[in-house]
Amino acid sequence: MLLTEEKVKFLEKKAAEIRRSIIDMLIEAKSGHTAGSLGMADIFTYLYFHALKHDPKNHNWPYRDRLVLSNGHICPALYAAMAHAGYFPVEELNELRKLGSPLQGHPHREWLKGLETSSGPLGSGLSQAVGMALSDRMDNGKSSGRQFFCLLSDGELDEGNSWEGAMLAGKEKLQNLTVIVDRNNIQISGFTEDVMPLNPLVDKWRAWNWHVQEVDGHNFADIDRAVNEARAVFDKPSVIIAYTISSKGIPEFERKYEWHGKAPTTKEEIETALSAFNKIS
Amino acid sequence: MIKSELNINDTKKVSIRDGFGDGLLNAAEKDKRVVALCGDLEESVRMAEFKEKFPERFIEVGVAEQNLVTVASGMAAMGKIPFAGSFAIFSPGRNWEQIRTTVCYNNVPVKIVGSHAGLSAALDGGSHQALEDIALARVLPRMVVISPCDAIEAKKATMAAAMTKDPTYIRLNRNATPVMTTEETPFEIGKAQVIFRSKDQMTNDKSNPKFKIGNHSGVGIIATGAVLHQALIVAKKLDGEGKSVAVMNLSTIKPLDEYAVIKLAHETGAMVTVEEHQINGGMGSAVAELLAQHYPVPMEFVGISDKFGQTGKYEELLELYGLDEKNIYSAAQRVMLRRQ
Repeated sequence: MLLTEEKVKFLEKKAAEIRRSIIDMLIEAKSGHTAGSLGMADIFTYLYFHALKHDPKNHNWPYRDRLVLSNGHICPALYAAMAHAGYFPVEELNELRKLGSPLQGHPHREWLKGLETSSGPLGSGLSQAVGMALSDRMDNGKSSGRQFFCLLSDGELDEGNSWEGAMLAGKEKLQNLTVIVDRNNIQISGFTEDVMPLNPLVDKWRAWNWHVQEVDGHNFADIDRAVNEARAVFDKPSVIIAYTISSKGIPEFERKYEWHGKAPTTKEEIETALSAFNKIS
Repeated sequence: MIKSELNINDTKKVSIRDGFGDGLLNAAEKDKRVVALCGDLEESVRMAEFKEKFPERFIEVGVAEQNLVTVASGMAAMGKIPFAGSFAIFSPGRNWEQIRTTVCYNNVPVKIVGSHAGLSAALDGGSHQALEDIALARVLPRMVVISPCDAIEAKKATMAAAMTKDPTYIRLNRNATPVMTTEETPFEIGKAQVIFRSKDQMTNDKSNPKFKIGNHSGVGIIATGAVLHQALIVAKKLDGEGKSVAVMNLSTIKPLDEYAVIKLAHETGAMVTVEEHQINGGMGSAVAELLAQHYPVPMEFVGISDKFGQTGKYEELLELYGLDEKNIYSAAQRVMLRRQ
């Protein structure tokens, strides 16, 4: 699908709505992960409103693309994108993290229709996506038309399981697998390069025989070009390292790792967050 | 002899993992959804023949057990029935959290196959002897735990597991052990079998005018895995001494056949459990958790007593850690004394 200028404008508007939903959910829940959810809002918007082959009214449609969110803690962004895309009413977003809610603190596929996996514990989503992509190729060959997307955080690349999955995908030349790494350079206790350096990150993926691209994770045209290139690569899995700004949209919170794992809860924090969005909308 | 009584004399010895290999082939022939994943141990976990017959359905993940089960989880999400094979010490040992989250919490039909369980990695030493895997597996919600007593039962268990939607752990012994069951011996996941009853036990039912509830005089022995053989030998000895004794093969540890276990406690009034596993958290613990709530009787636990193993021949280790006939016999004597 062509990404026209008009469509980019639509995506930008949609992303702003989704960001607003995310911050409202977090404030209502008084708990949750602000930084990554806001940082990945553009990519979720792009996937749910442009790239994914899916049907919100028929979540089990067998020909759908699959989206595996490995770092489940940024599920406010996933839930908001799904609601705005029509999987469930937007009003239900305020049920995040409440007892009995389909919007569990970390996603569970049995609680909410439309999720492919349950996730949260870091480092195992890539391998699940690898298993899915392998199965599809086993049954339908290389031209099934289904694409398997997996979203990873940079911090979870500390987990050995992530690289075990990367190695197998390289070995199996899974051309139907596209990974997007949220490269925001923060994790819960600090900057990634202080906690556990990941650079040279591009070289690491190349070493496992992946097709590697780097994009500005807030630029829809840039993301789109990379996703299309990934679809065109025929003999390798693809990884797109998306440079993002954590807590994107709230200048006072941006790039601060302290916002990895918390929601705005004090009066001052809530005002700061809301005023940032009120300026936009 | 009762119908399901098993053979303990002149038994031939076959490795339980061989039975798994046969069962896997059989299941794969019947159902195209069956796939196998292996962590660089295709020969050891008896997946080599599957790989030869169904190369397109075999995935070699390398020495990477976390990947082994998480890839299997993804395949199950796409409709496959994956059997993920490794040594029990590594799977469910090393990759327990991945099994918990991506298989059980996620609720997908992955079959975890743990070979070289118990003391059977004998000469490899304590590092490789999985004595904690039953506890690790049975604590997980939704997980079905099967510990077959011999190769034929392992084959049936594998074929049965391939037909369920449940996350399942199948525990395999490495060594050639006595084949006690036959193709005709009944097997059903979740069903325990009383496979031996002494003569007076056989009349201990309501049709017998002498039957009186609470008139306990015997001992029930519940065993899981290959050590069922030792339990049967002890039972025959006790029977020869005029004791009332019944032996149960508890190959499905979870879900526990509660009715059968309570019935056996009711009939015998004293219980011995036998397993090649830590006493803490194992099959005996599962039996005790049930009986303590519903029908408390004195119990003795034969198993590994909070220790790691060491290098030695399999039979030497069984004796050293008390899984021999002598120790099971004394446990039975002790528990009957405790009741009086």
